[in-house]
Amino acid sequence: MSHRRFHHPEEHKPFAFSKESDDLIAWWERKYPSERKASAVIPALWITQKQNAGWLSEPALRVVADRLGMTYIRVYEIATFYTMFNLEPVGKYHFQVCGTTPCQLRGADKLKDFCERKIGPKGHVSGGGKFSWVEVECLGACVNAPMIQINDYYYEDLSIETLEKLVDDFAAGKAPQPGTYVKRQTSAPEGSATSLTDETLFDGSRAKSLATIPNAPKPPEESAAAPVKA
Amino acid sequence: MLLDKDRIFTNLYGRHDFRLEAAKQRGAWNSTKELMQFGPEWICDQIKASGLRGRGGAGFPTGLKWTFMPKVVKERPHYLVVNADESEPGTCKDRDIMRHDPHLLIEGCLIASYAMRANKCYIYLRGEYIREREVLEEAIKEAYAAGLVGKNACGSGWDFDIYAHHGAGAYICGEETALLESLEGKKGQPRLKPPFPANAGLYGCPTTVNNVESIAVAPTILRRGAGWFAGFGRPNNTGTKVFCISGHVNRPCNIEEEMSIPLRTLIDEHCGGVRGGWDNLRAIIPGGSSVPMIPKEICDTVLMDFDALRDVKSGLGTAAVIVMDKSTDLIKSIARLAYFYKHESCGQCTPCREGTGWMWRVLERMVKGEAEASEIDTLLDVASQVEGHTICALGDAAAWPIQGLIRHFRQDIEDRIANYRMGRPHVQGVTLTAAE
Repeated sequence: MSHRRFHHPEEHKPFAFSKESDDLIAWWERKYPSERKASAVIPALWITQKQNAGWLSEPALRVVADRLGMTYIRVYEIATFYTMFNLEPVGKYHFQVCGTTPCQLRGADKLKDFCERKIGPKGHVSGGGKFSWVEVECLGACVNAPMIQINDYYYEDLSIETLEKLVDDFAAGKAPQPGTYVKRQTSAPEGSATSLTDETLFDGSRAKSLATIPNAPKPPEESAAAPVKA
Repeated sequence: MLLDKDRIFTNLYGRHDFRLEAAKQRGAWNSTKELMQFGPEWICDQIKASGLRGRGGAGFPTGLKWTFMPKVVKERPHYLVVNADESEPGTCKDRDIMRHDPHLLIEGCLIASYAMRANKCYIYLRGEYIREREVLEEAIKEAYAAGLVGKNACGSGWDFDIYAHHGAGAYICGEETALLESLEGKKGQPRLKPPFPANAGLYGCPTTVNNVESIAVAPTILRRGAGWFAGFGRPNNTGTKVFCISGHVNRPCNIEEEMSIPLRTLIDEHCGGVRGGWDNLRAIIPGGSSVPMIPKEICDTVLMDFDALRDVKSGLGTAAVIVMDKSTDLIKSIARLAYFYKHESCGQCTPCREGTGWMWRVLERMVKGEAEASEIDTLLDVASQVEGHTICALGDAAAWPIQGLIRHFRQDIEDRIANYRMGRPHVQGVTLTAAE
């Protein structure tokens, strides 16, 4: 279990939804039955965190709870349970370094050491509010290890050199492309392709409607089994 | 070896556009209405006949699962919930399906929902998959605009709504009942079963939770026939499967292959072999972090399917192959996994909440060798007391990698402990100055 809590909630500033956040939360609420608005709590907290410079303050939790008709403690419970909710300020560029075994096998420990040297201790904001980093558990991009999630997107197949360039680019105000940093296409093997080279897959021949449906029931049964009405 | 013409995910790597027009060119949404014309039972029968087993790890027959839903919709609506909370270390297959072939998934959701008489479907993505969610939302929007989902979906007469939902970084939400709790806006803590979700799931209504891959292959199975799908792999282990091969291989990748492919062939053909050659291999975790590792001797010949891996006391799990060569510190690798389970335990059951932390701390000492040989047996004992004594399978998943390590590499731990004392000719904490 991860233990997470606010450290100085008395210093938190008041919070109110922006128009954009408000509209977005309304859009999420429409996805669920009208009496089940609490279902939108995770998306609502995520939107709130985005508006609040990447972290959730205690007043922000209360605003979300009021909006969704939930008790404060239930929202607090969610914010402390789910690790993507930051309960402390983070840098403008928040690095989440995957440290779980598949990334570790391919050098995540080196990336962690580098972040420690370049950015500072884990969870510490440096560079005038620009950078912070944490180690996170498997981010699900294991064939592109080692990788880091920087704010929303994945930067994959990293080395010390490419990571250093990334940090420098962010520091210089550039927006480096997410994705892989070696010569390969997403999760395909590096070098020549071992699959999906047959051009007939992509020439439209697959779009021709089927002459027969395999294993179709015999005609007499067919009339009895018309689609069920909604 | 699987031929290109038999691959289901023809845009696995995103070489082509994910959008509707391009997806249709590749065969998605082809004759969907016709596939639905024979009724829900026919669809369930086809999926059963194909031998498809759930691709999320447990390997439960998908067609059978669908038939557990009530046959008639009463006052409570039915739901399909797609488990896209892909967080098992080593696994990254659903990610590729969602960002590169989302229309196959959406079409699968329609067909599966119809087969279980559900009018609503939620796809629960892990919170970190932000790009994937953006793509999926766009694809859903396209499908609504084209009348493929929504009222009278595909002209089939069936009303169908589909929504993407997301989590916020909790591995446990990949457990189906924890996922439902999370979707209801609560902490992701698993529920006791029974009642099973098919009776009381989301909002207390009949619900089926399926993995992304299980759902996304369904339309192609119906289009090409159950016999076609059943033709790959061994009996009881049929079909094609997306494998994720990570770790110490020359070219890590995702690849769709047929089930029961020999592990060595999979690695040599698609990943350029093990780093430093096959003889440099030490061990492999064949199905995501939750299954026990197997040593090279077993890797030489084992087939990648549910039954073959079960027979060697491991499992296919999510088919995420984590390769470790001879340079690997196996104890450290497993200690890192133990930390993962400690971090991700939801804290509901005491054996897991306390046991995962205890096992991690002991393993961290064993990495250094700072332990007693007798503690290996204590560790095994604790692992077996966590296993099977929790509401969900996270307790089992935390115990198995450790049991696998000790089963095959006990000698490594014993050597590490023995070597720790070497070169330290003193009692711990006391320096022998007199000897100088």
